[in-house]
Amino acid sequence: MDTSHFFVTGDPMIYGADVSIVLAVVAIVFCLTYFKKWGWIWREWITTVDHKKIGIMYLLAALLMLFRGGVDALLMRAQLAVPNAHFLESEHYNEIFTTHGTIMILFMAMPFMFALFNMVVPLQIGARDVAFPALNAISFWLFFIGAMLFNLSFVIGGSPNAGWLSYPPLSESAFSPGPGQNYWIWGIQISGIGSLATGINFVVTILKMRTPSMRLRDMPLFTWSTLASSIAILGAFPILTVTLAMLTIDRLLGGHFFTSTAGGNPMMYVNLIWMWGHPEVYIVVLPAFGVFSEVVATFSKKRIFGYSSMVFSMIAISVVSYYTWVHHFFTMGAGADVNIVFAICTMIIAIPTGVKVFNWLFTMFRGRVRITQPMLWFYAFVPCFLVGGATGVMLAAAPADYQYHNSYFLIAHFHQVLIGGVVFGYLAGMYYWFPKIFGFKLNDRLGKWGFWLWQIGFYVCFMPQYALGFMGMTRRIYTYNASAGWDMGWAPLNMVSTVGAFLMGIGFIFQVWQIVYSIKHGERDVTGDAWDGRTLEWSIPSPAPVYNFAILPEVKGRDAWWYQKQEMKNGDYQEKPVKYEPIHMPKNTGVPFIMACFFFIAGFGFTFEWMWMGVAGLIGVVVTLFVRSFQYDTDYYIPVEEIERTENEYRNRVLSAQQTAN
Amino acid sequence: MQQSASAHVSNHDHGHVDQEGLKILGFWIFLVTDCLLFATLFAAYAVLHTHTNGGFTGKEFDKPGFIIETFILLISSFTSGIAVLFMHKGNKKALLGWLIVTAALGAVFVGLEINEFTNMVHEGATISTSAFLTSFFTLVGTHGLHVTVGIFWMIGLMIQLSRKGITNVTKRKISVISLYWHFLDAVWIFILTVVYLMGVM
Repeated sequence: MDTSHFFVTGDPMIYGADVSIVLAVVAIVFCLTYFKKWGWIWREWITTVDHKKIGIMYLLAALLMLFRGGVDALLMRAQLAVPNAHFLESEHYNEIFTTHGTIMILFMAMPFMFALFNMVVPLQIGARDVAFPALNAISFWLFFIGAMLFNLSFVIGGSPNAGWLSYPPLSESAFSPGPGQNYWIWGIQISGIGSLATGINFVVTILKMRTPSMRLRDMPLFTWSTLASSIAILGAFPILTVTLAMLTIDRLLGGHFFTSTAGGNPMMYVNLIWMWGHPEVYIVVLPAFGVFSEVVATFSKKRIFGYSSMVFSMIAISVVSYYTWVHHFFTMGAGADVNIVFAICTMIIAIPTGVKVFNWLFTMFRGRVRITQPMLWFYAFVPCFLVGGATGVMLAAAPADYQYHNSYFLIAHFHQVLIGGVVFGYLAGMYYWFPKIFGFKLNDRLGKWGFWLWQIGFYVCFMPQYALGFMGMTRRIYTYNASAGWDMGWAPLNMVSTVGAFLMGIGFIFQVWQIVYSIKHGERDVTGDAWDGRTLEWSIPSPAPVYNFAILPEVKGRDAWWYQKQEMKNGDYQEKPVKYEPIHMPKNTGVPFIMACFFFIAGFGFTFEWMWMGVAGLIGVVVTLFVRSFQYDTDYYIPVEEIERTENEYRNRVLSAQQTAN
Repeated sequence: MQQSASAHVSNHDHGHVDQEGLKILGFWIFLVTDCLLFATLFAAYAVLHTHTNGGFTGKEFDKPGFIIETFILLISSFTSGIAVLFMHKGNKKALLGWLIVTAALGAVFVGLEINEFTNMVHEGATISTSAFLTSFFTLVGTHGLHVTVGIFWMIGLMIQLSRKGITNVTKRKISVISLYWHFLDAVWIFILTVVYLMGVM
């Protein structure tokens, strides 16, 4: 075992990170011990199977990773701001663009999406939990452990540096020896298994756990988007698992799947990884569409325009997304006929997406629109996604792509759809459902500061990059010389772009400040219906009780809660006599966390190519699964008295709030 | 106050979801994803099977070896079917007996496969000889790994079965593993056709 290169050395930024990691760990351990919270964190969080708490943990992790990925982005922009900069070495720059891309997609967008799934879907369909609560906890811990393993690379062993999708032969052991590339493989592999399990979990939850009176065509659109996205996960993630396993076999066992020797085929990797990778971007954007469908309907006080076409277009997107992957490498040389098929499929996707945008606009038409924080992010999304989509169609034209590809034009395009679509959508969702999960709204003033800084920063950062692409600036370069900088005009635009990136960074700081500030000062949501909502999650208290619904709700159609409120106003609503029954709930379990720890041991072992450790970790995983299989006492009943107590407390709270309001 | 779920009789579950049914549906969906996993491995094999790098080719597969393996796995699928029939009849003893036969046949299959692989390695046909062999060992080995996991899983279920008897829960567990076992059989048919038969042709 060679441990001489175990710790990364030589860079002051790394030492800074070492120190801050150690300090943070010491601070957490100290606080937990000092306030005697070890039992609390074990019982309430680590062993929890409650989808709401798992959602909160996903959200925290996603915001943390947004910070890490954002710092990477700022470091890159700082390096590129002026010609001939020596802020980062070429090697370090390669590492940072690799981790930036990987973290933002796999460890920021994915958990943010799962946070919304977990926080919202069971509440929207009138369910008490997801179909497989323990599996849900396993998914979370696998994601978390995968993300931690990946981030460890920064200080122990060295970061991956072969790009966010790590194309071979560069990512093969001949060209990227050492643990960095293995970290990339195992971090993604472990969290990817968790994502696959989440996909299965939510498909079954949505198909089977809806309150009995809710038909598929009554489902809120966010739930539909979750279903579409989960189905796409089922199709795409097995390919990722296999592709990563093949790369592992090449690297650890001397295989020849993707080597350029002994008959291997590197282009097969590029095909396989994009067969996962392209559906993946639709997987993350579909829930954002779902969020906007809820937000626009609620804040326009109208039912969504064109519900069926919304559903059809989401399903169409998730299906057609499987037939576009070659557009990532039109220059492979597959020939005009192949390229044309994929070019047309790519352009076709713009149609259902356009349908959705028009439906949102028509929903607002003649509605009583309230401009709240979620709505602001929707307004920002429309023009941003429109331009991003239009440049996407430009890139989809295969012959023209020979010019644009590998340039900053492409960088600007995909950031525009991923930030403008996914990030804006998820942030809208976070602002929208925050009061439901935490019981208070996020401060408006600070939120608007954050919003405008993000908006201005975004356009200042990425519009110049379109121009830079046309000027011939290619992606993945770590510096450019003075003649490119001044004679070709790259330098001023790069400087502007860097300023924009930092504005977005300041916007993020405002958002963190906003959350921290609102914990104490945010407007409390006592009624459970913070926005005068339309769907079932607003019919129960905020935060929701552990069992969500004391009585499974009766649904008469779409927007069930809205129509129930109308009936209540008109006096048509007949309240049925309430008779509570014991509620069947899953018990907490430590198995998911322990299993994830064994996965960590396995991942760490294989990363350093210490086979004994990797195999030991995998055996641990199998043993925990075996132990879980022998546990039969996995659920309990909440007795009627406890339900009555909780429900009465809530009712009294609403009544006293109404009295103070009157 | 928490009460144990077992204190309640099962027909108490008004409006509650059928847990065992959920798990079976979940497992079917898992099998879909497992199918895609194998599909990807098959695709890789299809791309690489001619890339023999001047070494071992498909013509050199051990014919009697893979034919015996096939028969043993097919018979084990049949015996697992018999086991499920006895489960539905409520005959715990026969169920356990046929499960033991199934797992034993599975173990013989894995043993034969390991033997086949070792022989190939001794002839110099290793995973790093050529892209063809990398994809061969990965595809067939992944199937073998699935069978191995299935054997251990089955042993675990046999212990649970002997302790708990045939209940709704153990019934669901046995149904799930028999689904898994039949699925592996179906995958093997494709391996037999695409890898071995088309290889020696």
